[in-house]
Amino acid sequence: MNNELLNILNSTVANATPLVIAAIGETLNERAGVVNLSLDGSLALAAMTGFVVGVTTGSAGLGFLAAAIVGALVALLIVVADIQLKQDQIAVGFVLTLLLADIAQFLGQEYAGMPSNPLSPVRIPGVADIPIIGPIFFNHSVIVYFSYVLIIVTWLMMFHSRPGLAQRAVGERPATAFARGTRVNRQRLFYTVLGGLLIGIAGASYSLAIKPGWSNPPAMRGDGWIALAIVIFGGWHPFRVALGAYLFALLRALSSAIQRSPDIQIPLVLLNMLPWLLMIGTLILVSSGVIDRLLRVMPRPAQRWSRNFLRSDPPAALGTRFDPD
Amino acid sequence: MEITLRHIDKRFGKVHANADISVTFSEGKIYGVLGENGAGKSTLMKILAGFQPADQGEIVVDGKPREARLHFGPTESIRSGIGMLQQDPLDIASFTVIEDFVYGSGARLTMGLREARKALKIQCQRFGFDLDQESPVSHLTIGQRQQLEIVRLLALGVRVLILDEPTTGISAEQKETLFSTLGLLAHQEGMTILLVSHKLEDVVALCDRVVVLRAGQVVGEREMPATTSELVKMMFAEELPPQSRQAVTLGKKRVALEDVALRGRRVSLEGLHLSLSSGEVVGLAGLDGSGQDLVLRAAAGVIRTARGRVTVDGRDMTGKSYRQFRQAGVAFAAAGRLEEGLIAGLTLTEHVALGMPGALVKWRAAEADTSERLQRFNVRGRPESQVQQLSGGNQQRFLMAIMPANLALLAVEQPTRGLDVDSARWVWTQILARRASGTAVLFSSPDLDEIIQYSDRVIVFFAGRFIELADLSGVSIDDLGHLIGGQFEQANHA
Amino acid sequence: MRSHRLISATFIVLPVVVAVLFTSLLVMLVGNEPGEVFQTVWMGAFRNSNALAAVVNFWRPLVMVSMGLVITFTAGLWNIGVEGQMMMGAVFASWAARSLALPHPIQISAEIAAAALGGALWAGLAGVLKTRLGVNEIFGGVGLNALANLLAIYLISGPWQPPEGGSAHSTTPFPANSLLQPASTEFPVSMVALGLAFASIIGVTLALRGTRWGLQLKATGKSSASARLMGVPTTRSVISAMMVCGMLAGLAGSYRVLFTYESLRPLVSGGIGFLGLLVVLLAGIRALWTPFIAFAFAAIMAGSTRLRVSLQLDASLAGVLQGALVLLVLLSNGLRGRVVEWSDRRAAKQAASVSETASPGARHE
Repeated sequence: MNNELLNILNSTVANATPLVIAAIGETLNERAGVVNLSLDGSLALAAMTGFVVGVTTGSAGLGFLAAAIVGALVALLIVVADIQLKQDQIAVGFVLTLLLADIAQFLGQEYAGMPSNPLSPVRIPGVADIPIIGPIFFNHSVIVYFSYVLIIVTWLMMFHSRPGLAQRAVGERPATAFARGTRVNRQRLFYTVLGGLLIGIAGASYSLAIKPGWSNPPAMRGDGWIALAIVIFGGWHPFRVALGAYLFALLRALSSAIQRSPDIQIPLVLLNMLPWLLMIGTLILVSSGVIDRLLRVMPRPAQRWSRNFLRSDPPAALGTRFDPD
Repeated sequence: MEITLRHIDKRFGKVHANADISVTFSEGKIYGVLGENGAGKSTLMKILAGFQPADQGEIVVDGKPREARLHFGPTESIRSGIGMLQQDPLDIASFTVIEDFVYGSGARLTMGLREARKALKIQCQRFGFDLDQESPVSHLTIGQRQQLEIVRLLALGVRVLILDEPTTGISAEQKETLFSTLGLLAHQEGMTILLVSHKLEDVVALCDRVVVLRAGQVVGEREMPATTSELVKMMFAEELPPQSRQAVTLGKKRVALEDVALRGRRVSLEGLHLSLSSGEVVGLAGLDGSGQDLVLRAAAGVIRTARGRVTVDGRDMTGKSYRQFRQAGVAFAAAGRLEEGLIAGLTLTEHVALGMPGALVKWRAAEADTSERLQRFNVRGRPESQVQQLSGGNQQRFLMAIMPANLALLAVEQPTRGLDVDSARWVWTQILARRASGTAVLFSSPDLDEIIQYSDRVIVFFAGRFIELADLSGVSIDDLGHLIGGQFEQANHA
Repeated sequence: MRSHRLISATFIVLPVVVAVLFTSLLVMLVGNEPGEVFQTVWMGAFRNSNALAAVVNFWRPLVMVSMGLVITFTAGLWNIGVEGQMMMGAVFASWAARSLALPHPIQISAEIAAAALGGALWAGLAGVLKTRLGVNEIFGGVGLNALANLLAIYLISGPWQPPEGGSAHSTTPFPANSLLQPASTEFPVSMVALGLAFASIIGVTLALRGTRWGLQLKATGKSSASARLMGVPTTRSVISAMMVCGMLAGLAGSYRVLFTYESLRPLVSGGIGFLGLLVVLLAGIRALWTPFIAFAFAAIMAGSTRLRVSLQLDASLAGVLQGALVLLVLLSNGLRGRVVEWSDRRAAKQAASVSETASPGARHE
């Protein structure tokens, strides 16, 4: 395998990381029945906060911490507005999308273009020397390794633990969850805030690790929407969500490689349109029922293993409110 | 385990659902809890099972009293030994059977599937239940979901089992299995079973003692056996005359399905021929999701046929939209009134205005028309009230009130779901009046009494197969119960 | 009842005050004087007739987009694609402005018609994606917004580039014959466009109150499944609502190229479409309030363009104030609901203790 390809794949994994973390965070709260639509704004505000704190204190760790707190507070606002104040999650989330991006831009204006040091890559001894796999997956900054662990832990929690049963039940049928002793609204609060925390970390991973720096308007605008679409594409399953994020980043990497290459003449505008066309195309694919049909024709043992992975129905109680009285 | 309820009182706004109820349920017995809808029996059972608190009163479990006013959730109730099986079992469709069994059985981090599998297997073997542990709950029938809930509650150590209308929507075999299970639990293991039901035949067949509620109060208790008419007297203080169904001579053919194939999410069916004549009532029986809902919707044009022809008054309507069916004189009323049929958030006048012709809305005329309809159909509500503010019975009446006149076909899904006896009779009076004026009626119901009582012909469905019973004389509810469980062969011999 | 009115009044004033305080806080965080900032914005909007004209020039597209969004919200749709619909209107109008050369009134009419068509088609596409292909209109809209903008960028940097290399920031200015004319130099506002805006306010209000189409949209918005069973053509309702909104958004977009910029630019909608969504959320989807709220938002937007010039502050502060206002109004609506609920429950408890003779009914069991 030649070096250029390895480089492309390596940067794909890096560039996918904020999307992976943000989309897994969103998966956590949507599985519990809450939509956090504010991603595009949350990511911007968290990225700005992370960068400013990171630069002024000189500690990337503090930057990530501050960003995580911002993400969690935003999520808390959405879930309190939903549960306590009975306001539409979509409406509040949308307003926050715009508001937070503007706050980020306003407060970050003096930090735009300021230089900073990116997190340095850490080679994991042993696995980093495996040909192909090593250079692609194990020569990255800490945040990338965090995302690997996150994917696996989320999957284990969601499908192989009792807390995961409660989480999914809350998103599917809150009345049942209540009858089984799960405190529905407390679970929703917990997973939404946890999801927000991750979204905050995802935001900071742009400005502190993947694309270090801050610019006005923020460079990651639009990625929040992509992450939300990836959650749908991923069928609310951590593996499939991560796969979606990697595919998306791969496509971006390929298109910028094609742009640089003198041999291939594809109109630039078409390449730029590709991610969005892909987003709409995959949503059509998911809602067309092709995957459900695939699931039905598979042999039973295979169905058993892949049912959760291939399912594409949203959590049945997504976006609804539960009143225990 | 002995349970005593003392002075239980519960109000919902102005409605006094439970008025100072005191009653004792002793162990080793099966109790029938009877009463018409609105009598307060479900409220009482929900208080007992911890789904809602009472306003006042005490619950004494094995001599230990607790205040019923305090919040005491379903899980605390289960821990104290009381479990309730809801009419629509509270499970999670996307879980596997084993996941659903495990969920709620204790706080721990790991699933602990190995022990759970063993426990579930033992429970199932005990009662002869056949549950595939890896199958998703969404693939189970209501009967199987009940079985899963029962073994789940038993595994949690429940000694008092409350069942809310458990025999609606299950087959005769499943009912037999259920009854023998309940008999075993009460008479051999000394559990207390409370059966909430309005099906008096079931109560007569199963219960040792009945408690009758009326208007929020206990109005009678007696040991069984008793006849159904004795029970009716206790429930209503009088015997209801059976609703008379005038003989109607069948007229011309109004709707026909010819060699129709239908595809649903769970079942598909092929080669259906069905023709309805003016003045005919055809009932569709079957377990939930056996194909009857598809046929009902296809006849009304709500879903399209995969193959075959649909005609209305001789016109080919195959592949036409529901709007076009409506214009051809077809109306469909779905089971969930507010989800499908009436529009929450719209006023009654707006509902009427939607059905009026013309590009501009004539609000004054619409309001006058609404008032007139409300009066004619005896709906308690004002033209400017929003439809979700009406009570269940009034919603059903209003739905009838806004249905167009002179229909070719009236397709009704579960016409009396959730209605009290009076409202149910009123609804059937309306349907039969339309039948007398020449409309063909097609309806489905999980309630086999209703099917037998009102149909001229019945089509029974099982997993996409179907059989027609053209002559209902000599067909009992039990026969029908066996048919919806898939035993078509016996019917062919008869 | 009196206590309810008092509660209502409190919860109207409260969010405005908090939004202003919050914005002041941010201003202080970047080391400026809030009073000075608000004065700059106010002066920017109302210091003279020219400034007022700038407000009106923001209001005109904003109110048209907002009236369109009242329609889609009534039909239960989150038309986030409204930005893209504005851009497509601008692109279509630019095409007409560049390639047609007709007598002025006909030229303008043709450009307006093209803009309406462009917006309606783009919105119709989102409608078809939703109804036929099951793509949620929020995600379909976000995708179509990006595509519309990329198309505009392509046209600007490619086929419609000025001959001498030009810039990637805009096309060559359109010929004067293709542009909307200002009423006067003291009050540079196009009266034709203003007429269209008022027509859209009246038209949308009447259509929603008095036509069967409007009632069908409302029914579809409240419950699509039930509406279908009542004979409402729900698919047609969704697509027509989208297309009418798209048409108005297209007209709004055309104003940006035919009057404001006199050329096509990237992101020509300038966030006005999203702002329209905020306006309508704030108005609670009421057609009558919408124009007034739109005017207030237009004033904030026009006024804050002076922030950069006078105080070297980013104009995103306008978005902060507007967003905070809408968010806090939503939150305070919820808070008011809780307070009313609580005071009603107290009243009911008192009433219940007075009358003990209530009869059981059929609703609760």
